[in-house]
Amino acid sequence: MSSETILHGHATEAAVHGHEAHGEHEHHHEDSFLTKYIFSTDHKMIAKQFLITGMIWAIIGGLFSVLFRLQLGYPDMSFPFLEDLFGKWAAGGRISNEFYYALVTMHGTILVFFVLTAGLSGTFANLLIPLQIGARDMASGFLNMLSYWFFFLASIVMFASLFIQTGPASGGWTIYPPLSALGQANEGSKLGMDFWLISMALFIVSSLLGGLNYISTILNLRTKGMSMTKMPLTIWAIFFTAVLGVLSFPVLLSGAVLLLFDRNLGTSFYLSEIVVKGEILPNEGGSAILFQHLFWFLGHPEVYIILLPAMGMVSEIMSVNSRKPIFGYLAMIASLFAICILAFLVWAHHMFVTGLNPFLGAFFVLLTLLIAVPSAIKVFNWLTTLWRGNIRFTPAMLFAIGFVSLFISGGLTGIFLGNSTLDIHLHDTYFVVAHFHIVMGVASFFGMFAGVYHWFPKMYGRYLNNTMSFIHFWVTLVGAYLIFWPMHYQGLAGMPRRYTDFSNWESFKNFAEMNRFISTVAMIVFAIQLLFVFNFFYSIFKGRKVTSQNPWGANTLEWTTPINPGHGNWPGELPEVHRWPYDYGKDGREFIPQTEPLGEGEAEH
Amino acid sequence: MSGYFILAILALAFVVTFQIAKASEYVSVLKGEEKTFRQNNRINAFLFIIFLVGGLAAAWWCNEAFYGKTLLAQPAASEHGEKIDLMLMITIAVTGVVFILTQVLLFWFAYKYQYTEKRVAYFFPHNNKLELIWTVVPAIFLTVLVGYGLYFWLKMTGDAPKDAQIVEITGKQFNWMVRYPGKDKVLGRKNYRLTDASSGNALGVDWEDGASHDDLEATEVHLVVNKPVQLVINAQDVIHDVGLVHFRLKMDAVPGIPTTLWFTPKYTTAQMKEITGNKNFVYEISCDQMCGAGHYSMRGVIVVETQAEYDAWLATKKPQYVILQEQNNPAPAAADSTSASKPLAQMN
Repeated sequence: MSSETILHGHATEAAVHGHEAHGEHEHHHEDSFLTKYIFSTDHKMIAKQFLITGMIWAIIGGLFSVLFRLQLGYPDMSFPFLEDLFGKWAAGGRISNEFYYALVTMHGTILVFFVLTAGLSGTFANLLIPLQIGARDMASGFLNMLSYWFFFLASIVMFASLFIQTGPASGGWTIYPPLSALGQANEGSKLGMDFWLISMALFIVSSLLGGLNYISTILNLRTKGMSMTKMPLTIWAIFFTAVLGVLSFPVLLSGAVLLLFDRNLGTSFYLSEIVVKGEILPNEGGSAILFQHLFWFLGHPEVYIILLPAMGMVSEIMSVNSRKPIFGYLAMIASLFAICILAFLVWAHHMFVTGLNPFLGAFFVLLTLLIAVPSAIKVFNWLTTLWRGNIRFTPAMLFAIGFVSLFISGGLTGIFLGNSTLDIHLHDTYFVVAHFHIVMGVASFFGMFAGVYHWFPKMYGRYLNNTMSFIHFWVTLVGAYLIFWPMHYQGLAGMPRRYTDFSNWESFKNFAEMNRFISTVAMIVFAIQLLFVFNFFYSIFKGRKVTSQNPWGANTLEWTTPINPGHGNWPGELPEVHRWPYDYGKDGREFIPQTEPLGEGEAEH
Repeated sequence: MSGYFILAILALAFVVTFQIAKASEYVSVLKGEEKTFRQNNRINAFLFIIFLVGGLAAAWWCNEAFYGKTLLAQPAASEHGEKIDLMLMITIAVTGVVFILTQVLLFWFAYKYQYTEKRVAYFFPHNNKLELIWTVVPAIFLTVLVGYGLYFWLKMTGDAPKDAQIVEITGKQFNWMVRYPGKDKVLGRKNYRLTDASSGNALGVDWEDGASHDDLEATEVHLVVNKPVQLVINAQDVIHDVGLVHFRLKMDAVPGIPTTLWFTPKYTTAQMKEITGNKNFVYEISCDQMCGAGHYSMRGVIVVETQAEYDAWLATKKPQYVILQEQNNPAPAAADSTSASKPLAQMN
């Protein structure tokens, strides 16, 4: 493929190399169904495996939230169909307390780890790293395949735990011991908790295999001319994400293993002086707080593991569709780097009210609020990217703009919670629920949706249906705000999270109406996500076909591959890179692909 | 039946949406994709403005409707709480300005710079001066917030005043147990291995320690208005959290690691009934750390009262040690209880 054809990529459909002709050019072996779709080592197929597994989990996790919102919104009503489905867990058509807490716990676990970690970075790191840096595949295709299959195994174990007689883990997704360590204290802390821990251990293996692969691929397999400062911001974001994961996930693993020991081998890492249900336990000398340190040492970077890839994709999509370079490319990288470093230094802000030394707490306040500076830089840079652009509202662009709006809203409430003075009051109230759902849940989902809409043509050679996409976007954006904005008021009324019922509380019982409203909107928003899922699967087979190689008129390398690239991505030589990826609207040209050499006397950027 | 009906309607809505979506795709091919693109672009740009204006209006309405239900509408019931409310107001003001500014810019730019054939995007890759401004300005504002925050934080978490009343509160699934140190102002030693609720020692108090003999046990916390109190917080089984919304405070209760929290209540329960206009008002202790299936029902009550009312309440209480003595040896109990109630009388 020569760079001339790419130059005209937007317009010349004739120049497209169909993969039928060239895609398998260098691969003479025939792929069987098994090696092509199941045990594939092709990064693009692995990306799709991650995405579709993530979508299945998202439906399950989302459905769980609808179920417990039923309880919160309609505490007095009974739903006989629930008993038909869940038996003793919903006796009389009402969700039992144990079931409620199991749903809440699994909702959190599934969404945080299986959807927004595996489903988001797993998908887009796999898809975009080789395509955007000009590599034929990941550094190790085999480890990459293992990464998916460990994730699959983790999924199986977690899914199986839903069917245990005593139920899945139900001590909250943060699984604080002693609650999670003592089967006597909680139904979900019986067998379900062991399944949770084993599943998470497998998940961490998957995440590490993936992360190491992403890092080595980005550092070693960049094509000729692709220096680090010519990489798209998506790759930078994924790179920092992988670094965060590789350094912090092992700490969670150690925490989980120690918890397994406490549960099954009689050790006392987290247990001390406990009397549970009248039974005096022999354990002395452990510290329940130790677990929280180990957990949040991953748990906080985890937030950025979820958010950074979304930020990277939004930067890329925003630039492409504003037809303008991303503003402050180097500042964007620097702020990603700053967030990445600070992410390791703020974990104890989840623990201000655990009895943490207040002097120590002061440092965590300072470091936590420092994160607002790189975050502000990113927001203002996105705003300036829109300024005097020529914006095309593709579905991906809509979600990117929605992301920025949500990131602002959720980020600002972080300034409340990171301040220990306010955290004393707001800790573990609905304010926290609103904050992290907006900034890490919905915002990251928006980044993920933006990514799916933008790169779907690359994944499947077809487009998603636009009308359904627009409906999906507007209902989700409006719905997200309708659900989570009022929750701030519940938080400011001091309403604690993880309560199944508020009716016995003089201080919290006057939000019944709001709860009903929130639950109703949540159901509508969930239904609209099903519309997206339908659009996704329908469009894989029946969507409008992509006819031009570079449908969005983008500069990055993935759009120089054939419409349906085979294993190896480029049929001929790997493309050579001459410029940064954001030459949009330069010198009167709408876009200048990375593969085009610099003109004479042309400044780099 | 109605369930199936709802499902049927949903399915129908789904099919209709899908058919419209499909049809619009054909129409766009007929009309020309370029034309459809431009039309959609205008619609979406316009919707962004609608969303901005509607969203801000809805936020305003939401505030009107719910402000009165939050704690912002009533004064904090402790001095610490007043500091927290002040910090909250400062933070709301700063973030509120930033919120409105950035959201307006975001959606306004989206609308204003929507695609037209006439405009060419402005090549503007970076500008050091601008970037410096929005690094430094947020940093200054954050310094102010951190400064205020830490000033309050260190004040609130500092040592309790020497004259603070000590009250021990212990969480277990799913209720709170309260212990007062009695006239010696020292809580008797505990040993969790001695815990035995059936023989009247639910807290695991070590009766060998003489300081425990005048300790009072209760199910409610009684406090004297305007008198500092230090809570000594324990948990027996799992982590709980003493949540005091009206005082704006909370502190975890961790098995094996006692924590403390001090504050000065400003209003009696009766005064708060007037202030809030709620005749059922009561200071509630909510468990704010997930502690098992009954977490949502782990409720405690604090009664804040005048010194006189407090003394009257105290007079009705007997030390747990004395109660147990009376139960175990009913005959000599009479003598024992008179000797033990003497200190109580002196306290009054």
